[in-house]
Amino acid sequence: MNIKPKVGVVSCSGECCGLGTLSRVATRLVLEDVRAEDTVTICLPLFLAGSEQEREFAREFPTIAVDGCHKLCAKKAIEKYSASTAASVDVEAILEEWREKAPSDRREMDSVGIRLAERIAEVIAEKVDKVRGDA
Amino acid sequence: MGKKTLIIPCSGIGKAFGSIGRDATFRVVDELRPEKAETNCLSLLVMGDEDAKRQVQMSRCIAVDGCSFECSKKNIEMAGGTVSAHFRVMDLLRNHRDLKPTTVTFLDENGVKLSKFLADEIAEKVDELEVEAE
Repeated sequence: MNIKPKVGVVSCSGECCGLGTLSRVATRLVLEDVRAEDTVTICLPLFLAGSEQEREFAREFPTIAVDGCHKLCAKKAIEKYSASTAASVDVEAILEEWREKAPSDRREMDSVGIRLAERIAEVIAEKVDKVRGDA
Repeated sequence: MGKKTLIIPCSGIGKAFGSIGRDATFRVVDELRPEKAETNCLSLLVMGDEDAKRQVQMSRCIAVDGCSFECSKKNIEMAGGTVSAHFRVMDLLRNHRDLKPTTVTFLDENGVKLSKFLADEIAEKVDELEVEAE
């Protein structure tokens, strides 16, 4: 039997703007619904604070970084402290490509923001499938 | 009025606690005390962004953590900042045992109530710290 490892999806959850909230909500939708059986997450603040358990996971299993902006903090953090990411998502770049604006409210998403998060979750899910060899 | 108080939540993504701390922080900086408080990205700070580090080192900082790992507090201190006040959502829950949150992505009714309680406490602390600094 070929058992495929779960993929770690790691969101930056940046607090400075709506892009961070979008990265967080899209990641949670993947974990809870879109690819619930195939994914887990790493708590980035815990990873950054030096948790060896979180860093070990990112060394041993494939990870996908989901960053709100071009600064790519989640991707850089994983690659600095663990290993290369299997894939990464730059939400700001995706919105530019789609010609969509970031949500202005970073606390509470309106229906437009939620729809965007759902679309980004689909992008993440495609990458999960590719990493697992399901695509 | 002096410089703003910097509030940094852990935004832990695995449990509701991180979401509540994050939500409460945004309530304070965007609604309750926008003229007195601000926030910034914890991950940006830890990844060594010079502007973020300078901001932390020169500000009164409030750490808002979800759980006992206290990642926000630790990361602020690792970046050379001083934590003037510290809140933990798990402590808040001890005082409101009837409000058990069950959702992470979008807070449920109990999560929203806890966020509002926490936001009020943080806002009061922002006021206190500003008075102490004057």
